[in-house]
Formats: sequence, structure tokens, C-alpha cells
Amino acid sequence: MIDLDAAMLIGTLLFLLGLTGLLVRRNLVFTLMSVEIMLNAAGFAFVVAGAHWNAVEGQIMYLLLIAVAAVEAAVGLTIVLSLDRRMETIDGDSVNRLQG
Amino acid sequence: MSFHLLPLVPLLPLAGFLWLALGAGRLTRRSAARIGVSSVAIAALLVIAIGTRFLVEPPDAGAHVQTLGAWLRVAGFQADFAFRLDPLSLVLSFVVTFVGFWIHLYSAFYMAEDEAIARFFAYMNLFVAAMLILVLADDLLLLYLGWEGVGLCSYLLIGFWYRDPANGYAARKAFVMTRVGDTAFLIGLLLLFSQLGSTRITELMERATAMWASEPTLASVAALLLLAGAVGKSAQLPLQTWLPDAMAGPTPVSALIHAATMVTAGVYLIARTHVLFELAPAVQNLVAVIGALTLLLAGFSAVVQTDIKRILAYSTMSQIGYMFLALGVGAWSAAIFHLFTHAFFKALLFLSAGVVIVALHHEQNIFRMGDLRRRLPAAFWSFLVGAAALAALPLVTAGFYSKDLILWQAYAAENGSLWFWLAGWVGAFVTALYIFRLFFIAFTGEPKTPIRRTPEWTALAPLWALGILSLVAGFVEMPATLGGVTLFRALLEPVLPLPDVHAPLTVEAMFQLLSMAASLAGIALAWLLYRHRPVMAPTSGGITEYWREGWGFDLAYERLVVHPTVCTAHWARHDLFERPYDRLAGLARSLHRGLATTQNGRVRWYAGGIAAGSAVAFALVLLA
Repeated sequence: MIDLDAAMLIGTLLFLLGLTGLLVRRNLVFTLMSVEIMLNAAGFAFVVAGAHWNAVEGQIMYLLLIAVAAVEAAVGLTIVLSLDRRMETIDGDSVNRLQG
Repeated sequence: MSFHLLPLVPLLPLAGFLWLALGAGRLTRRSAARIGVSSVAIAALLVIAIGTRFLVEPPDAGAHVQTLGAWLRVAGFQADFAFRLDPLSLVLSFVVTFVGFWIHLYSAFYMAEDEAIARFFAYMNLFVAAMLILVLADDLLLLYLGWEGVGLCSYLLIGFWYRDPANGYAARKAFVMTRVGDTAFLIGLLLLFSQLGSTRITELMERATAMWASEPTLASVAALLLLAGAVGKSAQLPLQTWLPDAMAGPTPVSALIHAATMVTAGVYLIARTHVLFELAPAVQNLVAVIGALTLLLAGFSAVVQTDIKRILAYSTMSQIGYMFLALGVGAWSAAIFHLFTHAFFKALLFLSAGVVIVALHHEQNIFRMGDLRRRLPAAFWSFLVGAAALAALPLVTAGFYSKDLILWQAYAAENGSLWFWLAGWVGAFVTALYIFRLFFIAFTGEPKTPIRRTPEWTALAPLWALGILSLVAGFVEMPATLGGVTLFRALLEPVLPLPDVHAPLTVEAMFQLLSMAASLAGIALAWLLYRHRPVMAPTSGGITEYWREGWGFDLAYERLVVHPTVCTAHWARHDLFERPYDRLAGLARSLHRGLATTQNGRVRWYAGGIAAGSAVAFALVLLA
């Protein structure tokens, strides 16, 4: 049996790690990676909880999460690429103007 | 032509308005003018066709009522979209559509260079539709709809060139001043409805006769309220000050709305509800007094003006004063007869003045015109015809017959008096003086401004048509001393009773000679004073200054009404009750400013905010 408390602690730590990355990094590639880590932390929590209560929903949620993460990565990387081409920067703070 | 086509008469200009208003950006100037002119032209033809049928074989009851459907139906009260064709509304709708058509045609010339010509014709068509609803309405509430509709169009068209703030001010002034009267009219309408239980004009008049014959107080109040509405709309004392400023609009607008049709709506209203005024003799006498005073005051103001359109505006006021005088002495059909002829010659005067104004590149000062006989012959001759009709040049002009009828009945009718006649007689002299002063100063003498644009056929045709009518329209009604043609009064007699006139023919002939003398003396004095040695600069100082400023009414209203109202409004803006709301607004504003700073466009700050927010939410769930 998995120790639920320990697993949840790991999930929380993983999530906080991702959040910290999101808040401190300006490079958009790292921002995307941080979001992936946060998503996976949530997925980890689902799987562990599913195993603990012998429920299959945890794994189903994880599949959904992977799909969302894949889409997010695809769209996000496309935006990053086109930003790099048009504005020659991938600094998240310097592309906050809507016009131009 | 079937009477059932009657509703088409107001609906056609309305359709023209909708077409022009919805297609404003997509229509060329030429097609906008075509739509605007032809919708009124078809309506005019329709009125002529229906009117011919009406004259040849009148409907059984003497009037044809066509109901389109119910407008309002609430708890036993019903107001219909019902149109009534009787001799009175026939005369009025003929004037509106026929004169309206010529003025629309003229507008195609006058407004040809204006970029907003589609908007202009849309407003003009809407005006004609509203005016027709006003005159054809069988229900007082529907009449009120038309009444407000023409007021709206008057406002829109006075302020048509809205880029000049002065025009917008003139438009607002006209709207607010007439609104004072309109409010009284609405109160009167509601009083009539609450006391008599109907808004149908015919029913109202029957019930008023039945119920108020012995109790004149309510009838007086109702008549007084309707009179206030008429006074506002027709620019009579004391609500007259808006009309001279209304000349800020394009000249065809002045001709159509502020001379021929809308300003005479008050005369129509009183004639339409004359039964009520007969029940209240004191109020009816007041109508005559207002008319007599207005015709004199406006006449004297017109003598000293320098702006060609302002002279004509004061002249309109003065001529409507004659109509009110006639209404007041019970000469109902004489008032409508003067309305009929006045529509032709005053529209003619405005249109020929418009030709001059356009030709001299929007010069309106009569002292800067001069020598137009050779340079603008069309305007010269048509203005001369119009001026002769306005001055009531004996025998040959329409104005003579209508004004003479009013003057005679002002004395000879049952309610008439020598004073009313004297006021009208002095007014006739002043009228001839001011219009020929204008004519001699502006149209003869040395040229002062070069000609820039000569009129085209769209301007000349209306001048011809209205010029001929200004001469011959009077022959439908001639005094007993001159053959005694009574076509006009016979037509209107089923609707408007004739006053009792018991006076020998010799007395009538004497009075006619006196009024002819007044008119000729006015023209002669104008010739002596202004023909050979035109006064270059208008004299200033003394009483003429008062006359020029319209007897100081504007100043008095400014001091007595506008200024106190504005001061009160300023004071009330920061009074005790306002303060809590001011605070509330201040609080909302500072909160807004605080929150707005968080919207700084940095995604990482937003993420941090979301994270902090969810942490707080979790903490609340876990710890609470």
C-alpha cells in the first residue's frame, strides 16, 4: 500500500516547484515547462488517490490530463516559435503589449 | 379616386423618410433628391385626386373617416389610427402636400451642393408625414402624435448644419419654447379625456357642448390649455421668441416649416376645436387680443431688422397674428383662408429670398445686396409678387382678399370691435412698409455683392407656381362689394360656422377703402424713405433698438427664467442630498483606481495573484 500522506506531500512539492518556476522564469519555454510540471503534479495526485481507494477514475483523469498537457504544449510552443520569429524574443515580460 | 386611399397620403412621405434614412450612405445625391421629391409629389397628386372626388361627390356625412386599426386599447379607452377627411383637413392637406412639393423641388436646387442631402430630404419627408398626420387625425391623441412629430422635425432641421453651435442653440431654443406650449396642450388633452371620456375630436366637441354649456369654468380651462399649445407652436405672444432664431435652418426649411405649415398648426388646432372656444367666450376673446398684440409687435420688429430671413420670420409671426385675430372674433373660415393664401405668398417670399442668399453666397444682410432686377430677374419678380401679396396690394393679389376679410370681420363680427380692426389696420400699414423697405433696399439700388450662382429650373418652377397662386388664390373668396364669390367659405361651412355679420354694404366698402389706403400708404412711405436714398446703416438707439431685439423678450426671459434656472441647477448640484451620492461615487472611483493598478500586463504577476488567491481559499477551507 502507498502511504497517501507521503505521496500527497511529493505531489504538493512537485506542484510548488512548478509554480515557483512559473513565477520566477521569464523565458517562455521555461514557463511552459513549469506549467507541465504543475499539470503532472496534479496527475500524480490523481493516480495515487485512485490507487489508494482502488478506483479507476484516477487513471482516467490522468489520461485526460496528458491530453490537455499535450495540446497546451503544442499550442504554447507554436506561440513561442512565432514570437521568436516575429519579435525575436521569448521574454514573457516584454511581449505584454496587445498592439503592434 | 377612392377615399380609401386616404391613409396613403401620410404614409407615402413616411415611406420616403424610411427609404432615405435607411439608405442614407448608399444613395447618390441625385437619387436622394429624387426619392424625397417624388414621395411628396405622389402624395400631392393623391390629395388633388381625392379632393376632386370630395368636391364633385361629397361623402354622405360630409366627411370620410378611415380607420387603419387600434393604436392603444387599455381598460375601455381606445385610440385609433383614424384619418378624417373633411373640408378643413382637405384644405390643410392640400396646402401641406402642394406647397410642400414645390418646396421639396426647390430644395433639390438649394441643397444640391450639401453633402448631407439624403439626411435633409429624410427629415423633410418625415416632417410632411407628421404634418399630414396632424391635419388628418380624427383623434386628438393622433393629432398630438403629429404635433410632436413636426416639433421634432423642426428641431432637427433648424439644427441641420449642426457644426455651428449657434444653430444647435437655435434648435434647442425652438424645441424648448414650443415644448412649454406642448406640455400645456398635453395637460389640456388629458383634462378633456378625463372629463369627457373620449379623445375623438367629434365626440369631444359633442360632449363638450352637452356637458359644459352651463358650466363654462372647465371649458375655459381646457380652451386655455389648448390655446397655450397653439401659442407655442404658432410663435405668438408670449412664446414667440423662438421663431426669428429658427431662421438658422436652411431656407427651404424656413419656407416649409416656419412659414407655410407647422407654425400654422396652432391656427388649425383652434379652428378644429372651435366648439370648445365658443363655450369659453373669455378665452376666445383672449385669442383675438393675443393675435392683435402679436401682429403689431412683430410688425414693428420687422421694420428695423437687417437680416432678410429675420424680417420674413417676424412677418410670419405677424401674419399668424392676423389668423389668431380672426379666430378670436369667430371668423374661423377667414383665418383658414388667410392661412391658405399666406402659405403661398410667404413660401414664395422665402424661396425667392433663398435664391438671393445662394446667389450672393449666403449673404443675408439686406444692406449688402442691391441691384437684383437685372442680375437675378427671377428672384426680383417673384419677390415683388410675394411682397405685393403680403402687403395686400388691392384687387390683384391673394393677400388682399384674405386680409381684407379678416379686417372686415374683426370689426363687423359679433365678437369684433373697432379696436381689433384698428390693430389690424395699423398692422396692414406696417406690413406694407416693412416688406417694401426690404424690397427697395435689397433689390434695387447699387450692386454691393457679386453673383455666384444663378437658379436652375428646379428653383424657377416653384417660383412660377407659387407666384401665380399668390396672385390668383384669392379669387375663390371675394367680398360682397367686389362680386361676392364665396367658394371658400361655402366649402368650409359644414365644419366652420360663419360669424354673424350685420352691416350695410356701404360700411363694408368704406372699410375696404380704408384698408386699401393703409396698404398703399405703406408702400408709398417705403418708396419715399428707401427708394431714392437708402439708409445705409440701420439707425440705432431709442425704441428701434427694442424693436430690433424683438421688444426685449429674449432679454427678459434670459433674466427671469433661464438665469434663475441655471443658478438653481448649479446650487442644487452640491446640495445636502447630493453629498452621500457624491461620496459613493468617489469611493467607487478610488476602488477602481486601486484595482486598475493590478492590471499591469505582466503574466507572472497574474499567475502569482491566482496562486495567492487559491492559497487563501484553501486556507479558509482547511482552517475554518
